[in-house]
Amino acid sequence: MTEGIALAVQGLGKRYGRTAALRDCSFELPSGRVSALVGMNGAGKTTLLSVLVGLLPPTEGSVRLPGADSRIAFVAQDKPLYRNFSVRDMLTLGSKLNQVWDQQRALDWLARFDVPLDRACGKLSGGQQTQVAFAVAIGSRPSVLLLDEPLANLDPLARREVVKELLAAVVDTDMTVLLSTHVVAELGGVADHLLLLADGQLVLSGEVDELLAAHRNYAGPRSEQPPVPGEVVHASHVGSQSTFLVRAAEPVTEPWTARPVTLEDLVLAKLESARAVAA
Amino acid sequence: MVEFRVDRGSGVPAYLQLAQQVREALRLGWLTPGDRLPTVREVVATSGVNPNTVLKAYRELEFAGLVEAKQGAGTFVKAGLGTGDREAFGRLRNELDKWLASAREAGLEDEDVYALLRTALEGETSQ
Repeated sequence: MTEGIALAVQGLGKRYGRTAALRDCSFELPSGRVSALVGMNGAGKTTLLSVLVGLLPPTEGSVRLPGADSRIAFVAQDKPLYRNFSVRDMLTLGSKLNQVWDQQRALDWLARFDVPLDRACGKLSGGQQTQVAFAVAIGSRPSVLLLDEPLANLDPLARREVVKELLAAVVDTDMTVLLSTHVVAELGGVADHLLLLADGQLVLSGEVDELLAAHRNYAGPRSEQPPVPGEVVHASHVGSQSTFLVRAAEPVTEPWTARPVTLEDLVLAKLESARAVAA
Repeated sequence: MVEFRVDRGSGVPAYLQLAQQVREALRLGWLTPGDRLPTVREVVATSGVNPNTVLKAYRELEFAGLVEAKQGAGTFVKAGLGTGDREAFGRLRNELDKWLASAREAGLEDEDVYALLRTALEGETSQ
């Protein structure tokens, strides 16, 4: 797995009339990694992905693919397919529309999920349609693959299989993946890099392990301040107890206790505080 | 062959969980020196764990001197765990039993014991 930058974004913004859907987003996607783009509905995830792939022009800022042989693929949330095309026709379309095409890789993906090649796309189940859209994207051998809510209409078993196959493809081809989701639990250790979007702005980004190691939950007697210095992400006071989620990993003494945070703790706390600021 | 599991809700980084599971397998004798660890692709395909997490876990084990990566051949177990520790295990277990007895005397319940242990471990890692 090569260390490097697959995609670099600087000061990216997108306005629809007077509404800012994206504001001043700057980040880099490390290559060969799986990054999760997390945010509530309406946070700007789809807008960001559409700008990254070039479907929408940004109002300001830039998107750069530093790699020499960069190809970007995007699977939209509604999994666009031609309803009257057979699955095989969709692959032919993929092979004609892309400069690089790996038919075997696309066929392997479909075989893996038992998708019949001769059936019209419109007659497939929602899950199978998703698999066809994935197969076309994977077949184009992208160096960067963007997926908008990829697991949304799959059953739990298919989700696990898709995640395994996607991650295996990351190992095999060294591709970089950015997938969006609003279900934090869905992340399930799939992503090792996080981009958290709230109200069109990036509120948190970085390596998941590093972010988790940098934060702690501190619980103790009711008080205004946490027992350690650092950015308070979230504070709650119930009865005689106070709990603080702080960007600081410091030892504490009785009666305070420090507990590690989970990704879900951190994401929800960040989103809640972003909402409180906006309100 | 070890089969990896990751508990997403534990707050322990996934790579440390994987490394821990290899250590456990070594301690219990499921893995012995010379055994090959599953390749990153094998782990990803069977458990759906992020490949970078697996790499990080293997690097951690390599750094601890437990495994070694052989170019093109895979990652192999270098040292066993447990044989030399057995005696210490028994002794520590006895001490723990005594400690537990006094904890019960002081009225501590299971939850209190876990909480105390967690606090102690936390204090140790953050020092």
